[in-house]
Amino acid sequence: MNWGSFAEFASMGGYGLYVWGAYAVTLATMLLEPWLARRHRSRALRAAASNTHEE
Amino acid sequence: MSASLRFTTFAAPARFYRLATALNPWLWASAIVLTVAGLYVGFFVAPTDATQGESYRIIFIHVPAAWMSMVIYLAMAFWAAVGWILNARMASMLAHALAPTGALFTFLALWTGAFWGKPTWGTWWVWDARLTSELILLFLYLGYIALAASIDDVVRGDKASALLAIVGVVNVPIIYFSVRWWNTLHQGATISLTAAPKMAQSMLLGMMLMTFAFWAYAFAAAFTRAQALALERERDTDWVRSLSRAGAAR
Repeated sequence: MNWGSFAEFASMGGYGLYVWGAYAVTLATMLLEPWLARRHRSRALRAAASNTHEE
Repeated sequence: MSASLRFTTFAAPARFYRLATALNPWLWASAIVLTVAGLYVGFFVAPTDATQGESYRIIFIHVPAAWMSMVIYLAMAFWAAVGWILNARMASMLAHALAPTGALFTFLALWTGAFWGKPTWGTWWVWDARLTSELILLFLYLGYIALAASIDDVVRGDKASALLAIVGVVNVPIIYFSVRWWNTLHQGATISLTAAPKMAQSMLLGMMLMTFAFWAYAFAAAFTRAQALALERERDTDWVRSLSRAGAAR
């Protein structure tokens, strides 16, 4: 175990801004991309369904 | 002839769609489990670096993201070429589905690199061979996406963007070997197939776990987008009609 307390963990030995700045953007974009891809797919499914009903 | 017949059968969008539907829950689950394990090893098991302190912990996302940015580009160019040469519809769709995921990992390699460069080199950015060639990779991805989006005719769009993807492959070995060919600020390869790793076992383990997590993520994200593209491009085919009828009945 590297950290004595949560504050120690959060400060990352003084590099907190850099470490968490890198991780926060990675996490945010890697949650956003799957959400966008799934939205794309569900919209495509809905469009396909309305295409079927027109026939 | 029978071999090519089999190939096209397996490459059929309907089969791909079913396969992706079956695989995706496992891929997402693997990505999450591997990420949790990788971050646990990276933050709680791997020791503090003797020279860089805690700032080195960016390595657990930086190196996997940089690897993925190159691997996905090669996969994208490969499927674009297969789609062009063999006229395989699903291969072209897979190439287009990979591009945004590859662009994201390229952006993340640059972003996490900047956040690592600032504390270690004293600068967010430097026009060094490794950084510049990785930035060119991002422009190649964005150019590929923009070119494909700008051409209304699907077949022409696939061919034009495939050509761009294939020409751009030359940039990948330039990125990879840049640290050897030029005198760069960026450090050399972290691990190589020919030499013993220059890092602690636990650091290597954390990095490998995150790499597998990113692989699973990339497959799942690209498969989801490829499914969306297949539904759009094949909307007048029987398989999409029966799929959407089944969905409406549910």
